[in-house]
Amino acid sequence: MATSEVKLLGSWPSPYAMRPRIALNIKSVDYEYIDEKLWEGKSQLLFQSNPVYKKIPVLIHGHLKPICESLIIVQYIDEAWSSGPSILPSDPYERAVARFWAAYLDDKWFPAVKSIGVAKGEEEKKAAIAQVEQGLGLMEEAFGQCSKGKAFFGGDEIGYLDIAFGSFLGWLRVTERFNEMKLIDEANTPGLAHWADSFCSHAAVKDVMPDTDKLAEFGKMVIAKIKAAGAAAQRH
Amino acid sequence: MEGEVVLLDFWPSMFGMRTRIALAEKQIKYEYREEDLRNKSALLLQMNPVHKKIPVLIHNGKPICESLIQVQYIDEVWNDRAPLLPPNPYQRATARFWADFVDKKIYDLGGKLWRTKGEEQEAAKKELIECLKLLEGQLGDNPYFGGKDFGFLDVALVPFYCWFYTYEKFGRFSIEAECPKLIAWAKRCMQKESVAKSLADQEKIYDFVLHLKKALGIE
Repeated sequence: MATSEVKLLGSWPSPYAMRPRIALNIKSVDYEYIDEKLWEGKSQLLFQSNPVYKKIPVLIHGHLKPICESLIIVQYIDEAWSSGPSILPSDPYERAVARFWAAYLDDKWFPAVKSIGVAKGEEEKKAAIAQVEQGLGLMEEAFGQCSKGKAFFGGDEIGYLDIAFGSFLGWLRVTERFNEMKLIDEANTPGLAHWADSFCSHAAVKDVMPDTDKLAEFGKMVIAKIKAAGAAAQRH
Repeated sequence: MEGEVVLLDFWPSMFGMRTRIALAEKQIKYEYREEDLRNKSALLLQMNPVHKKIPVLIHNGKPICESLIQVQYIDEVWNDRAPLLPPNPYQRATARFWADFVDKKIYDLGGKLWRTKGEEQEAAKKELIECLKLLEGQLGDNPYFGGKDFGFLDVALVPFYCWFYTYEKFGRFSIEAECPKLIAWAKRCMQKESVAKSLADQEKIYDFVLHLKKALGIE
């Protein structure tokens, strides 16, 4: 398939944009990556491709209309390039479990991670950290059940839930650094600790996982902007 | 293939209705268990410890949570009849995208119509109409969102039809006036036994919300 046949609009710090890139790598699909610098404003292409949400990632495949929402894109990639390695598990129950945890991470867990960075005061921060740690406890258990002793949630190879969860590791590490704490570690979450290393060093992942230092710098800028906006709102 | 199928549900829940419709479409026999959400059963808490919410589908003792995940599971296990997702990957992605849009928008906006007043209610009404119009646009000239056949997105959205009466009464507007094609679609769906038997009565829903408002102390 020619490179221009598949385009992906993303943004390098976004965990959501990482997901389809990992999926395309697993399937060995060549694609054109278009990086949006969202903090400088959104491009016309983005507005046209995702008029409903105006967000990345967006996958444009040939002449088809764009596909939006990272996990929907990942499932599309799995189904459209069905001859490559499978991303969703083959068993319907295991698929339901993978989808459940991916939705949990998006709807509940990652918002809690983000709230640590913008928490007002120690109490709020402690509560957010507790929620994140509780979630990691759940994911450690889920890892035991899904991996069945293998390296990944998907078994021997990276799967849907690995992609959904692993894409958050960059920001998790930045959060650990900013708060001088370990959230995933050998003591509390040994399964996840090994999994995280395996995931980040995987061929399909390592070139699209942002460097933690670069992400931390970016994170500082974002937090400063959010706090400034909050302060400005309060002044009115 | 069948095994034992149990559905933990709550009669007014649009999410539970999705799973009921999917089970009916596939003609699966199951045990329906009504949950009292103010007094959740031990089984519910055991089967959905993370969210403690209905609906919960239990197949051969194993729980599946989240309505759209349940509908996909039912479609994949009972894949020999009444397919809900089409075979084409692009069409599948489109159906999933709009079903996810329904999840992100309709429930919360509809809820604001009966929970809030004044400017907040007006803003919710305006946005709800915009969202319904966007969805209506996806129908095109087809009888169903699934095209010629009733499908995944139809299942995801049609349960809200029995809540429209409540939204209209509180919001003082007519959804049919704003989105006639959408209402025509909903009435078409109601001709199907799987839908008619799964949706709650709209007057009963309205009554339920009136009682709920009193119980929650909302004016």
